[in-house]
Amino acid sequence: MAHEATHDHHDDHHGAPKNFFVRWCMSTNHKDIGTLYLVFSLLMFFIGGSFAMVIRAELFKPGMQLVQPYFFNEMTTMHALVMIFGAVMPAFVGLGNWMIPLMVGAPDMALPRMNNLSFWILPFAFTLLLSTLFMPGGGPAGGWTMYPPLSLQGSSIAYVVFAVHLMGISSIMGAINIIATILNMRAPGMDLLKMPVFVWSWLITAFLLIAVMPVLAGAVTMLLTDKYFGTNFFNAAGGGDPVLFQHIFWFFGHPEVYIMILPAFGLVSEIIPTFARKPIFGYKAMVFAIASIAFLSFIVWAHHMFAVGLPLGGEIFFMYATMLIAVPTGVKVFNWVSTMWGGSMTFETPMLFAIAFVILFTIGGFSGLMLALAPADFQYHDTYFVVAHFHYVLVTGAIFAIIAGAYYWLPKWTGHMYSETWGKIHFWNSVIWVNVLFFPQHFLGLAGMPRRIPDYNVAFANFNMISSIGGFLFGASQLIFLGVLVHAVWFSKKKATDRVWEGAKGLEWTVPSPAPYHTFDVPPIVNDAELAHGHVDD
Amino acid sequence: MTSGGIRPGVFKRTVTAWATLALAVFCGIAQANPEPGQLNMTPGSSEWSSEPYFLNNVALGVCVVIGILVFGAMFIAMFRFRKSRGAVAEKWSHNTTLEIIWTTVPVIILIVLAYLATNGLKTFADTTNSQMTVKVTGYQWKWRYDYIEYMGKSIDKVGFMSKLDRESDETRQLRSGMDPNAVKVGSENTYLLNVDEPLVVPVGTKIRFVITAGDVIHSWWVPALGWKMDAIPGIVNAAWTNIKEPGVYRGQCAELCGQDHGFMPIVVKAVPKAEFEQWLAQKQAAATPPAQPAAPAAPAAASTAAAPKTAQVTPVAGNSQG
Repeated sequence: MAHEATHDHHDDHHGAPKNFFVRWCMSTNHKDIGTLYLVFSLLMFFIGGSFAMVIRAELFKPGMQLVQPYFFNEMTTMHALVMIFGAVMPAFVGLGNWMIPLMVGAPDMALPRMNNLSFWILPFAFTLLLSTLFMPGGGPAGGWTMYPPLSLQGSSIAYVVFAVHLMGISSIMGAINIIATILNMRAPGMDLLKMPVFVWSWLITAFLLIAVMPVLAGAVTMLLTDKYFGTNFFNAAGGGDPVLFQHIFWFFGHPEVYIMILPAFGLVSEIIPTFARKPIFGYKAMVFAIASIAFLSFIVWAHHMFAVGLPLGGEIFFMYATMLIAVPTGVKVFNWVSTMWGGSMTFETPMLFAIAFVILFTIGGFSGLMLALAPADFQYHDTYFVVAHFHYVLVTGAIFAIIAGAYYWLPKWTGHMYSETWGKIHFWNSVIWVNVLFFPQHFLGLAGMPRRIPDYNVAFANFNMISSIGGFLFGASQLIFLGVLVHAVWFSKKKATDRVWEGAKGLEWTVPSPAPYHTFDVPPIVNDAELAHGHVDD
Repeated sequence: MTSGGIRPGVFKRTVTAWATLALAVFCGIAQANPEPGQLNMTPGSSEWSSEPYFLNNVALGVCVVIGILVFGAMFIAMFRFRKSRGAVAEKWSHNTTLEIIWTTVPVIILIVLAYLATNGLKTFADTTNSQMTVKVTGYQWKWRYDYIEYMGKSIDKVGFMSKLDRESDETRQLRSGMDPNAVKVGSENTYLLNVDEPLVVPVGTKIRFVITAGDVIHSWWVPALGWKMDAIPGIVNAAWTNIKEPGVYRGQCAELCGQDHGFMPIVVKAVPKAEFEQWLAQKQAAATPPAQPAAPAAPAAASTAAAPKTAQVTPVAGNSQG
């Protein structure tokens, strides 16, 4: 193997430990920990998805057919918590763990043992969270936003709070690790403004994580003390204020939604140039746009609260600030289109998902702009229009980007090509059914269907049935993804080349496929023409 | 590596989807309560409800136009610049003029939208000069309405609970075997959108609502009035409406409030002023105990120990600020 030639002086660096427990549970290797994160997030994706199937099955037609309303609320709450904290965030951390050291020419993450700890906290956090479903009194049913006083009526709040604390600790450690790696471990010549956009997006995301996860921890701790220690932070009868929780929660919550989309921007900014065979348009503008969006995310939180009775000045401020986000987001979309313009495009599965991301995320952005208009939001707020909006940005946004990234780097991880035919079958099924699933929800919301209800008037029946059919088929389509992954890892005979994709640029493609257990023990020589975004001088 | 994943059908489908949307905007389906197949927001029936409707349509129109331009450019790029057609990649990655244009043009569009939206917010926030006040209190899982004041005269003891009607309630039980389609008032299906006692209000009157809650947070929403407002324990929110047409306007609680959140509808029955005044007089008469001599007890006798025993326990006693 090629890497052994460069390892003459490192006799402790040979390869993965043979013992399963030692390799996976005690790992300090960024690639193995990245794999653990990705496998964990895939598992959570299917668990959270099964909750969504319960929701869509109950909503298939009017009348209560399957579950009690309280259980329905447990499902909506758990679906959100599992998908946000269990599927999307760990998937990005997994991709970051695997690829950031490879992309900046570092031998590993800066803090390998903390890396192990930050992953292994997660299975315990989610065991705690999911175990509440089997307890007397049931799981949390007050929504993932945990608004008091409702959330304090539940008997599982202590479990949820402790699980959220663990997830927060894990995220903060992961973020510290990523910042330390990017700022300290880049190969000579890998200047900050030569880094791939994905690395930039993660650097900015990591700062967001460090800024807001402690805020969430504080908010849920106050819930805990209100429930069990007699405090009255959110209890009006004791001089507290239920709206205070919402301010604190959304001060976390809005940056949180960008934590789930900025790395997706980074992924798409890697994939589109590769398959357009053309450097990314406006590299610096892309980086600056991500930073602007991150900054704005801190001053828009109350747009989630337009209906709580904010003073006029507050409504106006948060409306204007929210609308401003459209500018840097628009720049990103225009830049992706310009990257494609004049390129030489091919449409392998990662590119298909990336293109679908640009179109469908933009549709989610459009509904976001509409929601920003406070008087219109008095109608949209807490309806299916909002549900459609955030599923467009999170499913066809974040999750499509994660899937695109998985297809893009899978050959580098496994050393085998996945089945392009089945990848395309997965793509077309996903992209069609996800729209059948979520597009009609815009209409439902506009017609007046509130979110988080287990049953509805017959006027909403037709679109709900269409949406449910789309939901079942979208869910089933993800089993194809599972099949493609299993095939690529264990059964594919087609060897991947080192470069994998004709137009691929960047340091990660200079190492063999599969990427050896240890890479860049000797810092690589950075060749500017090899960088994904091409001309950095102008 | 393969190519050719995009088929012409996609383009057609996207165009059709957007065309359908645009059609929905310009046809502006006008009705108060949800209709099967309804595609757009209701224009509503109050003085202010045209504001969100108008903003919604303008913003949707702007989005459709931008969408056609951006996605159009993308699809052209995908057809013209594909490797299978022999396209050779160009090297450029900057165009300052273009970048300035697509930063400033959105800013101008946003300024226009912000101007329109700000006007809507200002008129919404102005609850002064109201002619009537109704207090709305959310409870798990019903609403309470108390009539506080009408035309400058305070109203005493006109208030009632309003909860899901019995027929919907029986039908919505798990595996009840009853057909939601059969829950009707006249020809209108009212499954989960009907109550035992609606809120009766006059048309052509500026009504101020003061909204609060007794247990957890709820949200009072009737789409035909154009807004929702959270009902929060310990906080009294204010909003107003002025309904133009008599009618029955239906809505639902819009903030998750526990297991029966989906089963606490709101029904507002707007009637002509004269009819309302008649209704109010009836309610007031019913609230006042028929035994007139009992009334003088209130002003003078502070020390009547026997009073609590004989005093009527009215539901108004539950009227707390939360």
